[in-house]
Amino acid sequence: MKVTMTVNGKERSAETEGRTLLSEYLREGLRLTGTHVGCDTSQCGACLVHVDGQPAKACTVLAQDCEGAEVTTIEGMANADGSLSRIQQAFQDHHGLQCGFCTPGMVMAAAALLKDNPQPTEADVRHYLEGNICRCTGYHNIVKSVLAASGQSVEPVAAE
Amino acid sequence: MPKDTGIGASSKRREDVRFLTGKGRYTDDINVAGQAHVVFLRSDMAHGRINSIDTADAAAMPGVIRVFTGADFEGVGTIPCGWQVTDRHGEPMQEPPHPILAQGKVRHVGDPYAAVVAETAAQARDAAEAIVADIEELTPVIDMKAALADGAPKVHDDLKNNLCYDWGFVEENKAAVDEAFQNAAHVTTLELVNNRLVANPMEPRVAVGDYAAHDDSSTLYTTSQNPHVIRLLMGAFVLGIPEHKLRVVAPDVGGGFGTKIFHYAEEAFCTFAAKAIQRPVKWTSTRGEAFMSDAHGRDHVSKIELALDADHNFTALRTETYANMGAYLSTFAPSIPTWLHGTLMAGNYKTPLVYVNVKAVFTNTVPVDAYRGAGRPEATFQLERVVDKAARELGVDPVELRRKNFITEFPYQTPVAVEYDTGDYNATMDKLLELIDRDGFEARRKESEARGKLRGLGLNCYIEACGIAPSQLVGQLGARAGLYESATVRVNATGGLVVMTGSHSHGQGHETSFAQVVSDMIGIPEDQVEIVHGDTANTPMGMGTYGSRSLAVGGSAIVKATDKIIAKAKKIAAHLMEASPDDVELKDGAFTVAGTDKSVAWGDVTLAAYVPHNYPLEDIEPGLEETAFYDPNNFTYPSGAYACEVEVDPETGKVDVISFAAADDFGNVVNPMIVEGQVHGGVAQGIGQALLENCAYDENGQLLSASYMDYAMPRAHDVPMIKVDHSCQTPCTHNPLGVKGCGEAGAIGSPPSVVNAVIDALQSAGHDVTHIDMPLTPPRVWAAMNGANATGGGGTAHGRSVGAGDTATH
Ligand code: FES
Ligand code: FES
Repeated sequence: MKVTMTVNGKERSAETEGRTLLSEYLREGLRLTGTHVGCDTSQCGACLVHVDGQPAKACTVLAQDCEGAEVTTIEGMANADGSLSRIQQAFQDHHGLQCGFCTPGMVMAAAALLKDNPQPTEADVRHYLEGNICRCTGYHNIVKSVLAASGQSVEPVAAE
Repeated sequence: MPKDTGIGASSKRREDVRFLTGKGRYTDDINVAGQAHVVFLRSDMAHGRINSIDTADAAAMPGVIRVFTGADFEGVGTIPCGWQVTDRHGEPMQEPPHPILAQGKVRHVGDPYAAVVAETAAQARDAAEAIVADIEELTPVIDMKAALADGAPKVHDDLKNNLCYDWGFVEENKAAVDEAFQNAAHVTTLELVNNRLVANPMEPRVAVGDYAAHDDSSTLYTTSQNPHVIRLLMGAFVLGIPEHKLRVVAPDVGGGFGTKIFHYAEEAFCTFAAKAIQRPVKWTSTRGEAFMSDAHGRDHVSKIELALDADHNFTALRTETYANMGAYLSTFAPSIPTWLHGTLMAGNYKTPLVYVNVKAVFTNTVPVDAYRGAGRPEATFQLERVVDKAARELGVDPVELRRKNFITEFPYQTPVAVEYDTGDYNATMDKLLELIDRDGFEARRKESEARGKLRGLGLNCYIEACGIAPSQLVGQLGARAGLYESATVRVNATGGLVVMTGSHSHGQGHETSFAQVVSDMIGIPEDQVEIVHGDTANTPMGMGTYGSRSLAVGGSAIVKATDKIIAKAKKIAAHLMEASPDDVELKDGAFTVAGTDKSVAWGDVTLAAYVPHNYPLEDIEPGLEETAFYDPNNFTYPSGAYACEVEVDPETGKVDVISFAAADDFGNVVNPMIVEGQVHGGVAQGIGQALLENCAYDENGQLLSASYMDYAMPRAHDVPMIKVDHSCQTPCTHNPLGVKGCGEAGAIGSPPSVVNAVIDALQSAGHDVTHIDMPLTPPRVWAAMNGANATGGGGTAHGRSVGAGDTATH
């Protein structure tokens, strides 16, 4: 069955089976490979996207349930001119990523958090990211990146 | 004043832009036209005899192209081991074959015995369920000591027993060590485990095999830390494909931590099957499969004894370790508990006599190999725990006991073969004490106690051998490969350059830091330097990234190649300026002649190299491209001192890490931001090992922790902000950058601090607890406090690092 949704502001469609997950639809159907799959138990958050403005783990959503939905993925997060958005820029400035595999999910989670809570504390950030696993950074610089993206001052990165 | 470009600058990472916008190109993002998908059928029992496998129904399912079993691989090579250890009696280790698909027996849960290739992954999965296998269950061996008992079931019927090797190091020291123990004023003994872990890079493994009939060549896209090593192992030893007909590409790789070093059966399968069916074949691991097929890490059961004289000088050290190899020998498995572990047992101390015994054992579990630190965390944990225990037994300050025994003169020849070139262990200890406000600890402890919590402070030192490795030395030690690194620097006519490196980046930021080095040497902007890695078709033969070797070995190769470029460019510049090459200097991207105002720009020289109209053709060739191979003449020895403060809830046994500090000596530092990020990540993995992570098997060999529901990965709220310092720098004396490597330090140095801190907290409340086995989960800590079981249900009495029902979950 063909499923159509608005992805990053454009109407897109692809064939699905009943069991096709939103993550598979995006990655294989639309070739939007920025959404990653890091687990099979809804634990890691690498697949996090926004569906109708709410964060959703794309590996736990059936594509056919998203017919007509508004979906935003990491590919839709940069500024209109292609430059890094405030959150993305904060991740680069504060070394909030290493291998980059968890990063799309982290950025999408950070965007969702800051929408609800524009001035989170360190504890708020750590609590909110409970569903996103990063194996590289030890979270230190991810937390800093999110706090910096909220406009709060954080210690600069090394030797800055 | 910190620099803003070149060596020493915290340059922002160029690779981040693609990762932050979803433009990374990971292996699973690669789809080759016409590709089919493979799903492996994996054993659900730990040990069984394969009587028959009926694939007829599966082969008839929709979309199925072909079903493979072990029988399809008769005459094909097996997955090789890259290191041969010689045992105490001079005999080579026992080395069983590792077939691509199981033949005759399945030997661990997850051992693949059939594979379905179909049009889609879903069709392959459906068909795999239709395979009917008659596998007769055999008694498994899981416990290492039980595996060595007479009459134990054998993992490999053709081997004498389950002992891979019994290694003594240094065997000639044994009698002297034993004698020192007889004469000791005090002996501290500790039995402990180093828990089995799963590396868990967030990107699961993927392999895509492709075959081109027109030139009979194969290409493998794979999630590897070292594509050339895979090409060599798979081409030469498994599939018989010469290197000029085999290309291995490891594009963006989502973390490795060691587990993506090794050559895996799935890689060979996809390459083989692509030729067999004349179509590309893709495999994407699920996380569940990753838990039962990625090589695991650690899993040592050890006894360590430390002998001291009446003045508290360490006089001898003796250890006995059982090291789990799992069911097959993974690529570097035999070297981890031996040459990467025994050689580090001197630690930061001038203990004159050391004897290390290691028994490597086959069990019906997933193969065990390098995981971040690889052998060095196991050495550090034993040593720094036993030193802490000795300080408590003797009633002396653990810092002072360490200082008293520190090595202070360098170079220092240890009794375990390695020679430390530089270090200053007092300096990193001083720096650590400055970071942690040790004097304020008692007040913080009182404050915690007022809230009903027990507070502990733990610290430790570490030393590691990195910059792996001098080829001739490791050759003598049993390595079946050289461990140099390579670089080709290609300068283009317009002055930009491309560096093709044999190192591989899977999170370390090489594209940025390597460019910093070259831009600094020539004096041109970093963005004029492109770093290419990860493809055997366009990089020189290199050994890849692991063992904190990329900058120390790979970076040195880049420096050597760039030196050659500069030397040749100076000759060209000398010709253009009509000067002697010896008088030409290169600075800030311009060549000048000392004592004159003559100058030519870098770009003029590079252009002349490719448009040699005015050029010394009789002396030098046109073009500007150089290759260097760098083989280090020693390891590098990063070292440091770490500290951790914890709070323990006496009601539940839950441990919270309140603060963590790391003072490291990495020698010179190229990009401080990246270095600090490496330490953060390593420390989080070490805290994970100490408190959360446990790869657990039950007595039937069932893997109990095969998902993120059961295997507790550290999450954002499990780790604190981490204080790091790398200002103590004793540069490496034998590589041109003076760097030592920083990738593994955090994971090596942190577990003993955490455990020492918990013991400190418990003892402060009068609990006579001297050790708890990792991970220090609430049930284990609670049991230790309440005398239920002083080692928290761990397996030191047995040969297992984890007990059944002992998994930690969130
Ligand atoms: S892939 Fe969706 S949570 Fe892990
Ligand atoms: S950056 Fe590698 S998993 Fe987060």
